[in-house]
Amino acid sequence: MNIVVLVKLVPDLVEELTIDTSGVALDTAWLRLIINEFDDHAIEQGILLKEGGGGVVTVVAPDIEGVDDVLFTAAAKGADRLIKIKGDFAGVNNHALARAFSAVVKELQPDLVLTGVQANNDLDGSVGPLLAGCLEMPYVGYISGVSLSEGKSKIRKEYPGGLIAEMDVTLPAVLGIQAAEQPPRYVAVSKVRQMMKTSTIEERTASGLDMAGGPTISRMFQTEAGQRATMLTGSPDEVATKLVGIFKELGVL
Amino acid sequence: MNQDIYVVIEHLRGQVAEISFVMLAGAHELAKGLGGNVVAVLLGHKAQALAGNPSAGAGQYLAADKVLSLDHPALADFTSDAYQKVLTDLISKDQPRAVLFGSTSIGTDLASTLSIKLGLPMVSSCRSFSTDGKFISQICGGKIMAEGDLPGPTALVTMVPGGYKAEQGQSAQSPAVTEIEVPALESLRVTLASYIEPESGDVDIAKEPLLVSVGRGIQNQDNIVLAEELAQALGGAVSGSRPVIDQGWLATSRLVGKSGKSVKPKVYLAMGISGAPEHVEGITNSDTIIAINTDPAAPIFGVAKYGSEIDLFDLIEILTEKVKQSKGG
Repeated sequence: MNIVVLVKLVPDLVEELTIDTSGVALDTAWLRLIINEFDDHAIEQGILLKEGGGGVVTVVAPDIEGVDDVLFTAAAKGADRLIKIKGDFAGVNNHALARAFSAVVKELQPDLVLTGVQANNDLDGSVGPLLAGCLEMPYVGYISGVSLSEGKSKIRKEYPGGLIAEMDVTLPAVLGIQAAEQPPRYVAVSKVRQMMKTSTIEERTASGLDMAGGPTISRMFQTEAGQRATMLTGSPDEVATKLVGIFKELGVL
Repeated sequence: MNQDIYVVIEHLRGQVAEISFVMLAGAHELAKGLGGNVVAVLLGHKAQALAGNPSAGAGQYLAADKVLSLDHPALADFTSDAYQKVLTDLISKDQPRAVLFGSTSIGTDLASTLSIKLGLPMVSSCRSFSTDGKFISQICGGKIMAEGDLPGPTALVTMVPGGYKAEQGQSAQSPAVTEIEVPALESLRVTLASYIEPESGDVDIAKEPLLVSVGRGIQNQDNIVLAEELAQALGGAVSGSRPVIDQGWLATSRLVGKSGKSVKPKVYLAMGISGAPEHVEGITNSDTIIAINTDPAAPIFGVAKYGSEIDLFDLIEILTEKVKQSKGG
């Protein structure tokens, strides 16, 4: 089974986000980029499928600062091939990214393409279903389980309230992973360093980045909620006392 | 090409999803400025009744100028391949000004692929529209808003809840239903095998009067016990946000939010939860939300009545102790 996992890097939301002077984009100077957490689940799901039924897992990512670490970490987890796509990806939308991915995926001829169901900075759709459109493959997202047999995949798709739909999807297909069947495995930094020495990152070049299909942003701003919580301050002891008072007032204590 | 706003009605096992009404409300806002009609698009099999009486309650008809019904046995349950074929056909024939989808397990399977197939622009995570045709989308876990003109000629839009109330998309008047011919649906690549019912779980968090809910900030599984002790002292249960469930620290039955349960406790105590829109969606019916988070910019403070930026680990054991004392005395 030839499995390709597509990975994108997104702003780390734990860090403070600021808008740049253009007023229409995030300030990238201080932006810390990390792997999209759903893509991390897609890598895990790919490796689980390989461990269960054999095959090759290729992880593909655009060449953005931090990408080498992401790819070597995937190798340390069990990915077989690493590919980064060269190009000026700064400020590029998902339509352009999906088109760049599609050229590489066509070359790799996979049975299955996995990617995260969404990313925190998606503004023009998600990479998975956009790519499926480019490749004319079927797409199903919100997936938390995949099994493979005889040219078909059986997937578990999540609906609200914990309802699951089991669906049969003809391969090749693109699947949007919500959660791998196991939490993404931990790898020691030493193992990642080891991979830096022993594995190689192949390179491909994106032939032009076509952003057609995404919206034009005229204003970006931070949400400063008009209605804000009444903030409780003081020592832990004081905050706890205030909370107990609130619990009593609300009749739960 | 016309100025109509199409809304793809989402329904699951005979129930219209709440996001459908939210989208209809948004469509009316948009149509006000553009002058078009609000058109509900209903794909299904023998599902026309949903247009008439979706929630089996009075005055809850789809608030649409008309309903287009596309009926076929292969549309009885949602599958992306069949839905896409039908919508490709409909959108390219009718060329409405916009088509609204839920930013959900159903809508996100459709909109992006249609954008590529039809060569039409798309906007995701839209929370609201202005009457002059602007969209406002919510990204970066609810921390950033992005605004722009609705792209043309036909904009495909996925919508998140929060901008409109479901009641705004309901009407006391039953809309007219028009049957539309469905293209051949053969050699479908995605088919439904079965539904698996949710695990019943130990407790039903939707019925608990008080929830101590933990997010990424709880850091590891060993710390869950701290939340359990607090919940026990308060006479409630522990629930969690997506990262906690995906790590396997709590059972899926304890998941609050878009892919989990909507809860309505008297008190929802969110500890180390940032308040991403997917989570907030499941807690808006709580009587009082109290949020503990060290990040002053956490969106959870926008929906909470009380908050504190104190480190949850500095607080939680002292709080449990004080709750116990208060009950004892």
